[in-house]
Amino acid sequence: MAKAKNSRKNTSRLYVPEPPFRPGDTPDYSHIAVPSAHSPSRPDPLCEAHETSEHALGLIRVLNFNGETVGDWQPDLSAERLRGGLKAMMLTRAMDDRMFNMQRQGKMSFYMKSAGEEAVSVGHAMALRNSDMVFPTYRQQGVLIQRGASMKDMMCQCLSNSGDLLDGKSIPVLYSFRKHGFFSISGNLGTQLIQAVGWAMSNAYKDSDEIASVFTGEGATAEGDFHYALNFASTYRAPCILNVVNNQWAISSFQGIAAGEGETFAARGTGYGLATLRVDGNDLLAVYAATQWAAERARGGGGATLIEHFTYRKSGHSTSDDPSKYRPENEPDVWPFGDPVERLKMHLISIGEWDEDRHKALEDECKIFVRETYKSAEAMGSLSGDTKVNHYTMFEEVYENSLPHLDEQKRAFSQELE
Amino acid sequence: MAKAASKHDNMKTQNLNMIEAIRDALDVKMSQDKDVLVFGEDVGYFGGVFRCTAGLQEKHGLHRCFDTPISEGGIIGIAVGMAANGLRPVAEIQFADYIYPAYDQIASEAARLRYRSNGDFTAPLTIRTPVGGGIYGGTTHSQSPEALFTHIAGLKTIIPSNPYDAKGMLISAIEDNDPVLFLEPKRLYNGPFFGDPHKPAVSWKGQELGDVPTGHYTVPLGKARHMRKGDDVTILAYGTMVWIAEAVADEMGISADILDLRSLLPLDIDAIEASVKKTGRCVILHEATRTSGFGAELSAQVQERCFYHLEAPIQRVTGWDTPYPHAQEWAYFPGPKRVGIAIRKVLEAA
Repeated sequence: MAKAKNSRKNTSRLYVPEPPFRPGDTPDYSHIAVPSAHSPSRPDPLCEAHETSEHALGLIRVLNFNGETVGDWQPDLSAERLRGGLKAMMLTRAMDDRMFNMQRQGKMSFYMKSAGEEAVSVGHAMALRNSDMVFPTYRQQGVLIQRGASMKDMMCQCLSNSGDLLDGKSIPVLYSFRKHGFFSISGNLGTQLIQAVGWAMSNAYKDSDEIASVFTGEGATAEGDFHYALNFASTYRAPCILNVVNNQWAISSFQGIAAGEGETFAARGTGYGLATLRVDGNDLLAVYAATQWAAERARGGGGATLIEHFTYRKSGHSTSDDPSKYRPENEPDVWPFGDPVERLKMHLISIGEWDEDRHKALEDECKIFVRETYKSAEAMGSLSGDTKVNHYTMFEEVYENSLPHLDEQKRAFSQELE
Repeated sequence: MAKAASKHDNMKTQNLNMIEAIRDALDVKMSQDKDVLVFGEDVGYFGGVFRCTAGLQEKHGLHRCFDTPISEGGIIGIAVGMAANGLRPVAEIQFADYIYPAYDQIASEAARLRYRSNGDFTAPLTIRTPVGGGIYGGTTHSQSPEALFTHIAGLKTIIPSNPYDAKGMLISAIEDNDPVLFLEPKRLYNGPFFGDPHKPAVSWKGQELGDVPTGHYTVPLGKARHMRKGDDVTILAYGTMVWIAEAVADEMGISADILDLRSLLPLDIDAIEASVKKTGRCVILHEATRTSGFGAELSAQVQERCFYHLEAPIQRVTGWDTPYPHAQEWAYFPGPKRVGIAIRKVLEAA
């Protein structure tokens, strides 16, 4: 990425990267070249890894800003499926908005929105099989929505109430849905990258053609686990997809703090001999196409692909965060890659498969569905009243079977309740 | 020195050292269960720096016993993913001193997966790693980090002291549906060690506990081995130190009740309580550093349960609170002299 003109200056020989704009600045991203040509071309999914090295530096795009599709990455998706993807993105956004507001009302301890990044999770899930195990971060709720998980189950998890399938053991958003191919989310960042490689290795060992797909933000690529994952995935040609969602911000640290100034995150894969793709993450069709390419490669024995999804985190990191403290408030609006929902909507309209009225109706439908679902979820308890979670469940699932010292502590706990 | 269960009495046995017993356990499980995979640094073609996996690749195939990159976090990370996906990985960490890069994967991931997913995903993996000194390994090849792992809910930590237990406990660990850390006292690989490094090494040949049944058997996790019955003092030990305890008791001519704990978590607290209530005196031995060592946990639990039976303050005999030195290895090691002083203290107290 080219440097913005008004970059802050270092006054020491020690270089500390700074984002181009801070609160009070007028953000201007004209220095970021949005490729108009849809480069680079789509190679055979079983090509040599080094044939994708330029893909790590370019940006795969399918959707123009005027809604046209161009280039040879255009996926073959029916209007029906595209509308399905649009709906999944809109449901995800509607749920995020509702849950954020309910957190503000004290109904849950915490929430994390995925605003601006819906195309990454939904487009990715559309291109995988539902049996492919996804190892998500806390911003891939769109995978669950796209795969048809019960929104009520998701909400009950966030509310830690009597309907929570995890019995209140995990903080909000750290879902686990094995039946939807959605691995239990760890709060420790980066750890799941290498686990997904192990999962994929066992798929290969069992001669299964299922694959694994794992996510990290760009910030946690600095963790050792990221490098373990690239190394092992390359060494054992693990059938998996390693996704870096570069949403520009890791809480308050811009992507330059994770060494994003010098080279793209996709290019990290080149040195490990992995296939590498860099894709416009606000373009659902491009995300779909890149994922589909990587999945075909993995299933066909070509090994792992590192995909950088270039996007922007429109909201704060979480309900505990206030982005106005570290970036200009209007930065999300001037980010040059647009909004993923708007861009897919425009595409569907441009091909005569959608219109403003239907869009408005779908928006209302999503809103009402989320509101009603939330009501039925909150009826099962919330933090502002009684979560209705049985406290004794905290002693369960530590081990397969309880151990004597835990039984003793359980008895001690029961005395506290007397 | 009674062996655990009479059901093994009519099993065929062979005399094995601890390395061979561990290899035999792996071989038995790999032969029985195609989900068991063995991997780690140098464990494949070469068979491991301590030879515990020698021949397994040749016998079971490249894809079932293989070399990994030098990346302990990566080794345990793939093991977590494989275990969650239905396999029974047995990962080797070449020395326990190298396990720290994998700590996050063990403590935050393997041990927590079942809990945080409420049983939706589990991580039935086994981690084998050599511990302890006695081979002039210095700071980075001698550590005993068991207390860093017994502090972790969701993990089991076990440590055998002889070939018979090593094989039976390793099979139990592999069959267990929770993650198990299996610590191998490397000084005991080739024979029991009685505390004097200048005496000729003793091999497992001719030792009753070197007679290892062929085929499948298990030693249950969570049960101590009542190594010797006595009335004067209870000695709680594990790993290399159980042999020092026995040698010192012999030398002093005392009637010691010696428990080889074998399993630190789960802990056989009932056996400990029964013994201390009988003798009224307790000495705790471990090779690891003293402060916040596992001995502190043992001491606290004995005090909580047996206070009114104690005739003397509990004594801990441990390594010093320094890194494991090289030239001063035997000055660091809690050998017979240090153990003897502690036992005398406990016996002399009113």
